Amino acid sequence: MAARIEGKVSVRLLAEEAVERALRAGATDAEAVGFESEEFAAHVRLGQVEQLTESGSHALGLRVFFAAEGGSRTASTSTSDLSPDGIARLVSGAVELAKVTGVDPFAGLPEREAFGSNDVAAQALYFNDVDAIPAAERIEIARRCEAAALGYDARIQNSKGGDFDASSSHRVMVNSRGFAGEYRRSYCGFSASPIAQDATGAMQGDYWYSSARTAQLLGDPEEIGKIAAQRALRRLGARRVPTQKCPVVFAPEIAKSLMGNLLSAADGDSIYRNASMFAGKLGEQVAGENITMIDDGTMVFDHVLADGTTLKVGGFGTSPFDGDGLRTQRTVVIERGVLKELMLNTYTGRKLGMASTHKASRGLAGAPGIGGGNYFLEPGEATPEQIIGDVKNGLYVLQTMGFGVNLVTGDYSQGASGLWIENGELAYPVEEITIAGNLKDMFRNVSGIGNDLEFRGSGAVPTVRIEGMTIAGS
Amino acid sequence: MAAAPHLIHPETLDHKRYFFDKLGLTERLLERCLGEALSAGGEFADLYFEAVTSTSLGMDEGIVKTASQGISVGCGVRVLSGERTGFAYTDDLSAERLLKAARTAALIANGPQVERVQGFVEAKTASLYPVAGMGGDAEIAEKLRLIERANKAARDFDPRIVQVRAGINDELRRILIAASDGTFASDTQPLARFNVFVIAKDEHNTARGTSGGGGRVGLDFFAGDKSPEHFAREAARTAILQLGAIAAPAGEMEVVLGPGWPGVLLHEAVGHGLEADFNRKKTSAFAGLIGQKVASSKVTVVDNGKMPGRRGSLNVDDEGNATQETVLIENGILRGYLSDKLSSRLMGMPNTGSGRRESYQAIPMPRMTNTYMLNGEDEPGDIIKSVKRGLYAVNFGGGQVDITNGKFVFSASEAYLIEDGIVTAPVKGATLVGNGPEALKYVSMVGNDLALDEGIGTCGKAGQSVPVGVGMPTVKLDRMTVGGTGR
Repeated sequence: MAARIEGKVSVRLLAEEAVERALRAGATDAEAVGFESEEFAAHVRLGQVEQLTESGSHALGLRVFFAAEGGSRTASTSTSDLSPDGIARLVSGAVELAKVTGVDPFAGLPEREAFGSNDVAAQALYFNDVDAIPAAERIEIARRCEAAALGYDARIQNSKGGDFDASSSHRVMVNSRGFAGEYRRSYCGFSASPIAQDATGAMQGDYWYSSARTAQLLGDPEEIGKIAAQRALRRLGARRVPTQKCPVVFAPEIAKSLMGNLLSAADGDSIYRNASMFAGKLGEQVAGENITMIDDGTMVFDHVLADGTTLKVGGFGTSPFDGDGLRTQRTVVIERGVLKELMLNTYTGRKLGMASTHKASRGLAGAPGIGGGNYFLEPGEATPEQIIGDVKNGLYVLQTMGFGVNLVTGDYSQGASGLWIENGELAYPVEEITIAGNLKDMFRNVSGIGNDLEFRGSGAVPTVRIEGMTIAGS
Repeated sequence: MAAAPHLIHPETLDHKRYFFDKLGLTERLLERCLGEALSAGGEFADLYFEAVTSTSLGMDEGIVKTASQGISVGCGVRVLSGERTGFAYTDDLSAERLLKAARTAALIANGPQVERVQGFVEAKTASLYPVAGMGGDAEIAEKLRLIERANKAARDFDPRIVQVRAGINDELRRILIAASDGTFASDTQPLARFNVFVIAKDEHNTARGTSGGGGRVGLDFFAGDKSPEHFAREAARTAILQLGAIAAPAGEMEVVLGPGWPGVLLHEAVGHGLEADFNRKKTSAFAGLIGQKVASSKVTVVDNGKMPGRRGSLNVDDEGNATQETVLIENGILRGYLSDKLSSRLMGMPNTGSGRRESYQAIPMPRMTNTYMLNGEDEPGDIIKSVKRGLYAVNFGGGQVDITNGKFVFSASEAYLIEDGIVTAPVKGATLVGNGPEALKYVSMVGNDLALDEGIGTCGKAGQSVPVGVGMPTVKLDRMTVGGTGR
């Protein structure tokens, strides 16, 4: 078989073969995705290597469509068995399953002219130096990072370890309407997770990390280890505070998930189901005028290296095309508090009578869901210190826990820990409390947005302050 | 390598045949791979073969929109050397690839070979769940009938139900474990879960309701009282109830937890903290507390992997050991940890058969199975009557714990106020927060109505998800912090 050259499989050729076979089996349309990945992970604890993982995997996913009166029937299959038998089962399984599904007027691939790919983004996602770092060096980075945390303060004698991970992946998508695309991505990162203990024996753990698409942009292991140590130490001696209403300042890592709810609530799938507080609110004010939230799957950053050269590196949420095969794009979802655009894939766009905003996310199995690229909240002018400095009595949140976010009603209630703010100063650590409010009010009560926007992952949100939240404690 | 004696039972329930007949494995190949895995001086090696077939069918807006099937096959090779673990996996089960994975994992050790592969001894395993369903088209047709019934029942419940999604997900997982210490085990593990999601809408409010259940069961499970109608009405009832819910209170108060799924409290407050790996490394707030009082004397908590048909149950764990009932807390005293091969060896403690892994791509670690509190003597009605002002929480979304400082949360999805001993208004969802080694000391009443959850739990640890069960009787805690916005 052509798809196997000297025993090595080509997922691109296998994906094309799966589409062809599905069409021969009577499908009106078909789409296949292929994944390949290489993974390396080293876990070091108290200076000793504790776990080493090195492996690779591959898999194929297929969707088939059968046109019928008033729409299409559709089904999907996936497999990690890429043998000829495996591919045959992938195709026959999808074709058989499609027979039992109902006719959906909105199901189907995008129209031929809709497909596209962003080649600039595709070129900036893979750096082969990630695969080239010798195993011994990877272990050494994890060891150095953990050692820096352990050596930072006498109150740090234990650790959950230091980690180094590297991976590279290859993704292919082909369909029967002429789209074919593929790209490679690389990732590497390391972290330390120290545990601090005070004289009473009480323990607090925390971590810090550095991650990048190329080893050239990884941080300094000693510096990262030191920050991890400081983060664990500042939690020691945490106490509870009384139940009260007060302003809450969200550190960037926590603000990211809080403000990310703006995009989740704009998810087309939830909107058409009435399962979002933003259903029917397109064009309306859903947040304060200081809120502008953007989803952008095209971001490529210029990094100036030590030798003066500029390296173009795609964001962690950057890809050339979305899960439907449409060119990724920049979308201003919330502009000055107004819900301007929804997060739509082809299917949810059709359901709502709108065009896709190219936010399809496609896993191995099933129909595409909704998933953005990179996202960020437009930064403000104030420094984080100024945002904290304006608070007489309030909470600086460093961690939230739980599942108490309801995007249907906006009700928000999460476990929290952080630092208490007294007269504009960080006074002492607090824990075992909750913060609660309703997102609809919280997004209107943002009284401060920091200038500290930094992309450490696919999303970035600066320090944010929200007035009038309820804290439950002692 | 010495030739191993043939102690693999040909006559026992043939979970292993799939791997030998269909995937072409041989005993000789398993021995070669283990020999290769030990070649650099490792003390122990194991092979975990896994073949999973999963199916998902879903009805949405009255149309069967979702039909998908997935197949995953692979092998993970692990080598232990002291506290070190070398690991590699492959999704290609050819001899060449398996031996390559074994060589990669072997490199965790660094020296000449010291251990040999023992002859395999196949243990007799329990039979806690059915092996296979009817299969094929008949099974799909039956599943479609079930989700159609749920769709109808939810819509018929109340005209304010405007959206219904009903689905059934199931998988059949076949595993085979062979280890250098002679362990040889295989199992076939079914898992089914029925899900209903609804949206209710009136002129003022919109609310969601979810329900679901299942276990290691065949489709006949849904023919009894856990029918599609049961799950559909439950989802619809919760959504309608939430339309009229008021703000949950904020602050410390008396809390009564209903029977069943609220047992997620135990999973978060004590269960994770008692997993042996965290205690071996002294990173758990429970480290060193064995023999000490960590709960009220009314509290006895067990982890039991041997309950027939339960979502968290296993005939053998993912290291080939039989699962068991392990007492974690007895009359308030901490009795034991949940351990796997590595932690029991390093800690000199019994292995509780708690080694679990998400898939062949992941390294096993100590995990819970079905974790629950035993019955007490109080009548549930008396427990409610004893509360002057508090919260009665009967259903939860999920929970989370910080192992190191012991702080945990769990988020109520259905709760009511208790005023002067009477259950009154439904309240909106709220997160409850507490401290693991302290929270259960405030248990003042334990009901006689122990129930396990419906079979919906999935536990995450270090990025690995595994199915679990939880349960408890009605329980009163004299003090717990409720994270609402009201008074």
